[in-house]
Amino acid sequence: MSEALLRVSKLAVHYGDLVGIAEVSFEVEEGAVVALLGANGAGKTTTLNALAGLVRASGGTILWRGERIEERSAHEIVARGIALAPEGWRLFVQQTVEQNLRLGATALAERARLAPLLERVFSLFPRLAERRRQSAGTLSGGERQMLAVGRALMSDPKLLMLDEPSLGLAPSVVDTMYETLGRLSAAGLTLLIAEQSMELALEIADRATVLQTGRTVLSGTAREIAENPDLHRAYLGAAF
Amino acid sequence: MILLQLAADGLLLGAVYALFSSGLTLIWGMMNVINFAHGDFVMLAMYVAFFAFTLLKIGPIFFVPLAAMALFGLGVLVYVALVRHVMRGPMLAQILSTFGLALFLRYAALWAFSANFVSLPDNLVGGVYQLGGIRLSASHLLAGGTALVLTLGMHLVLTRTDLGSRMLAVSEDRVAASLVGIRAERMQALAWGLGAAATGVAGGLIVLFFYVSPEVGNAFTLLAFVTVCLGGFGSVPGALIAGLLIGVIESFSAYWLGPATKDVVVFALFVVLLWVRPQGLLGRA
Repeated sequence: MSEALLRVSKLAVHYGDLVGIAEVSFEVEEGAVVALLGANGAGKTTTLNALAGLVRASGGTILWRGERIEERSAHEIVARGIALAPEGWRLFVQQTVEQNLRLGATALAERARLAPLLERVFSLFPRLAERRRQSAGTLSGGERQMLAVGRALMSDPKLLMLDEPSLGLAPSVVDTMYETLGRLSAAGLTLLIAEQSMELALEIADRATVLQTGRTVLSGTAREIAENPDLHRAYLGAAF
Repeated sequence: MILLQLAADGLLLGAVYALFSSGLTLIWGMMNVINFAHGDFVMLAMYVAFFAFTLLKIGPIFFVPLAAMALFGLGVLVYVALVRHVMRGPMLAQILSTFGLALFLRYAALWAFSANFVSLPDNLVGGVYQLGGIRLSASHLLAGGTALVLTLGMHLVLTRTDLGSRMLAVSEDRVAASLVGIRAERMQALAWGLGAAATGVAGGLIVLFFYVSPEVGNAFTLLAFVTVCLGGFGSVPGALIAGLLIGVIESFSAYWLGPATKDVVVFALFVVLLWVRPQGLLGRA
């Protein structure tokens, strides 16, 4: 078995007295697509935010290519090759599509790579190329999701994390988005996708981890998880 | 012809108001923090320029950049030592901290420089230019021209460069900015540095034709607030238009009503305009 790109062990996050996540553990191998599943409030977003350095872990470890990164800030983490397309997109709506994409390349060490990366994003999402001079605030929901993913890709990450990429989008837009994610995966990019919609995520994922009330309750291949009868109980919040 | 003369005088002075006010609007736009010490920064810059001239015998070509660099440093220091800490506290703490800083700077200046009014020689930048019957003093022309160019330059930096884009990104969404690799604190420190440097240049220019005393910052703080409110909080072009407008209104009202009452007209028009358009001229509703 190859060395995991990312190894999360007993990760905990507290917001004051409140528990964000209590004990989350899973691994992501290079080139894999891993789905992080769970009902609303299970801890998926908190887990991704901790991995991205947006919230500080109160316990456990995050190993990225053998280096502990749980104490690192967000700008240090993106510079190491982990990018997050966050829930709700969090675009810079007062700036243009192209400015948003250029901002995504802030962590790039070699500025010469900015132009080819921009071209790659435009070829993945031709709609963004058409709207490159348009303010991000004027985009539709689907276009905003494309821009959020495109902006994350501009840092040329080794691991792309997506928080609820299907949330609030029309089914046809979701299909297009997952098609694109499939192409990125085929090109060798490692993906960690947090989704409420398990059918969607399990369709593309190699492996999956299921969270319930801030804890890992299931882990395995996508097929094992899909066929596990306990998966539905985890989603419905039944005693596990 | 007198109307054109008044308008020209007002525009040149207004450009300087616009410059130091754009520093205030930059800081507000980045962090939603009101710097009550902004006028006192101008006062300090004026003293830097005054002492640079009297002690080092250097002229405006050197003392204006020197004042800008000194104030840039002060702005960064104020952010690092004070603002970034109080930003975690309630809004009242943020307001009172810069208010306290204003008082500290004022009384420190009083202690260090005494309450005496001092000024540079009138003829330091001497000469008067005639332009189609309008008389423009060289010192006002230098101050207004430099201020106009730098205010427009600040706008261009914010809107046309990657650095400006990063600064705007932090002002829009600090979390998203950190996600793309922007060091938000560094950008905020830079905003304080640039905002204070704007007062540095303005102070170095104003001292060419205005007295200096520890209390002089009061008037500039008030002017900066009126300019920023009128132009729209966070808008550099708004500050530029409002600064020029205030300069012209002051110039006309001083001529017609007397210098003592010029501020009444400025503040009355300010209140009326905010009643009609509370977000200011170029601010967002």
